[in-house]
Amino acid sequence: MAKSSKNFQKFYHIYFLFNKTYVWRRPFGEDRMLGTFSKLKKPILETLIAILIGFIGGAVLMIIFRYDPITAYVALFQGTLLSVDGIFESLANAVPLMLTGLTFAIGVRSGYFNVGAEGQAYIGAMGAVVLAGSISLPPGIHVLATTLFAMIVGALWSLPVSALKAWRGVHEVVSTIMLNWIALYLVRYLIEYYYYEPGRAERALPALPTARYDVIGASLTTFIFVAIGFIVLTYFILWRTTLGYELRLTGSNPEAARYVGVNYVKIVFLNFFIGGLAAGLAGASQVIGRPPAWTIYKTLGNVINLGFNGIGVALIGRNHPFGIIFSSIFLGILLYGSRFMQYLGVDPDLTVAINGIIVLSLSLPELYSIIRKHIVGGR
Amino acid sequence: MKISRKLRFLIIGFPSFIMFLCLLSVLGVEPIHILETTFMAMTPLMLAAVGESINERSGVVNIGLEGIFLITAVTGVYYAEVTGSGLGGILIGGALVGALIGFFFGFISSYGKAVQVIAGMGLNLVGLGLVPFMMMAFWAFPGIHIFDPDLKIGTLNIQIGKEIFRLSPITIFAVAITIFLHILLYRTLIGLRIQAAGERPEALDVAGINVNLTRVLASTLCGSLTGIGGAFMPLGWFGGLVKEITAGRGFIALAAAVFSGLDPILAAVSSFIFGFSEGLAFTIMITPTIKEVIPHYFINMIPYIVTIIALAIVGSKRFPKALGKPYIRE
Repeated sequence: MAKSSKNFQKFYHIYFLFNKTYVWRRPFGEDRMLGTFSKLKKPILETLIAILIGFIGGAVLMIIFRYDPITAYVALFQGTLLSVDGIFESLANAVPLMLTGLTFAIGVRSGYFNVGAEGQAYIGAMGAVVLAGSISLPPGIHVLATTLFAMIVGALWSLPVSALKAWRGVHEVVSTIMLNWIALYLVRYLIEYYYYEPGRAERALPALPTARYDVIGASLTTFIFVAIGFIVLTYFILWRTTLGYELRLTGSNPEAARYVGVNYVKIVFLNFFIGGLAAGLAGASQVIGRPPAWTIYKTLGNVINLGFNGIGVALIGRNHPFGIIFSSIFLGILLYGSRFMQYLGVDPDLTVAINGIIVLSLSLPELYSIIRKHIVGGR
Repeated sequence: MKISRKLRFLIIGFPSFIMFLCLLSVLGVEPIHILETTFMAMTPLMLAAVGESINERSGVVNIGLEGIFLITAVTGVYYAEVTGSGLGGILIGGALVGALIGFFFGFISSYGKAVQVIAGMGLNLVGLGLVPFMMMAFWAFPGIHIFDPDLKIGTLNIQIGKEIFRLSPITIFAVAITIFLHILLYRTLIGLRIQAAGERPEALDVAGINVNLTRVLASTLCGSLTGIGGAFMPLGWFGGLVKEITAGRGFIALAAAVFSGLDPILAAVSSFIFGFSEGLAFTIMITPTIKEVIPHYFINMIPYIVTIIALAIVGSKRFPKALGKPYIRE
């Protein structure tokens, strides 16, 4: 016995190897399940802590400016979660957010900070207005054509960013933000000069009935299935194809990607292009998938901040397509609920600030261990 | 080598700039007005870009300049109303609040080892959400606030021919601080330490200097300068406050810092170029012969297009080795 124990100490790494193979050979066993759970436990806890910090930060802000945080939060959740309409509205708010979140997440997965979802969503929404509002097509084709057109225009708006990144090395954060502003003025110009609604100049042409998605309830439409379908498709591209593998490899280890011969230019273009498709779809969701307006306003009030909130969505969802679906619903609840906070005098944009605080806390990689060490007092 | 390159830029740049102004005056645009607006637009960009160059030299990249601009624009006006003077607003609401935000950012990105780009975007989001919220809380009116014109910072009026050229004292301060920081960065021990913190933090650590503290101080300085720029926008320039007052200027300032390769003087020059594009846009917008022909939406795009083109021409620059990486002692 003593000898074997000595051998264990000497060759422990070999024992370790055997142990690993042993676990590995039982893929559907209990150990495996436990492994997945414990692997997910830390990120989930971390995200929950960040969300908690976000809420506490929001409460502190409200206390500083002499609002009552408890009443405000109660109003927020009562209005959204306690009625069917509230749940539908929250989901409707979540639809564009999950798409803009996907844009940012793909960017992070491939190593870029793509904050261009904002402008690409404007352009996508404008594309949807052009096709849905001013051209008449047969019913089924109209919806399909508008959706595809909006996606493609959104993606085309990302081409300058990828060209500048791939060939001139321009930092994507700066170029995307500049393009966001250019997109804002371009869309406002197009609405004012060409696509305004006659008699109601403050908004663009509403989508024709043939281009609209069916309403499920409140302002939720069947567009949500398109959005989720797109996310699942992206998941398959990212995790089940060589192309997706190359994208993720470039993001996690650019050196290794270069070593195995991944085409850098291709990855840059692909990443921003898929992101643009998602963002364009997010813009379209506000036009052909969102009653009662079925259009965008000249101020772009119903599209603005979608892209920036998407950053929070992506990070809360751990940049994983399926995580994003949940986090977008969470943020959708917050955004819709902010309307009930507004009745108490709190500006609804506080939710953007809460989202920002969550992003700030998620940027700390050791948040979980810091809290465990200093606050919980664990080992 | 370095100086001669800068000189070459100046020798080519200055006469062509004058020629461009002459060309514009033929078109009916007033060159004095362009210059005036250019200097106004340049000031916040210059303060933030110079601060950001120092910050990035020390190894901290702060993408949240826009967020600092937004928050300090509101707090600047608020404290100007509280103290009853524009200067008070700039000092407390601008410099102090900005320094606090910069300190916080530096703290989480050095001691907290945060992912700086994400933290910066978080800061921008906070700014984006906080501004309407604070405006509602302070003045109970959504999105816009016009304050007492007496609170606006006075300008120095210089007579050039028949025209009066108005120059803000903050602009002079911005130029002075740029020169000061340039000397600080290249000619003093402190500057050497800042550069070392960004290039080779372990060497600085071995020399017995606290890397994280250096970075926090640089970040605080950057936040404070950016804060002055943010408070300057309503108090020294526009004379009013709207929700979208910054209009992406934080990112243009970031572009100016990147464009110049993190050199304070060049950052100031490039913020002059970007400021000029803004001044041009503002002037064209009110010039009678042009404003009927071109819709103002396209003129509004000029600064952003100029920024993109400028970055495309310059391409990627060399950045400090440890930029964006938190220092971990081995």
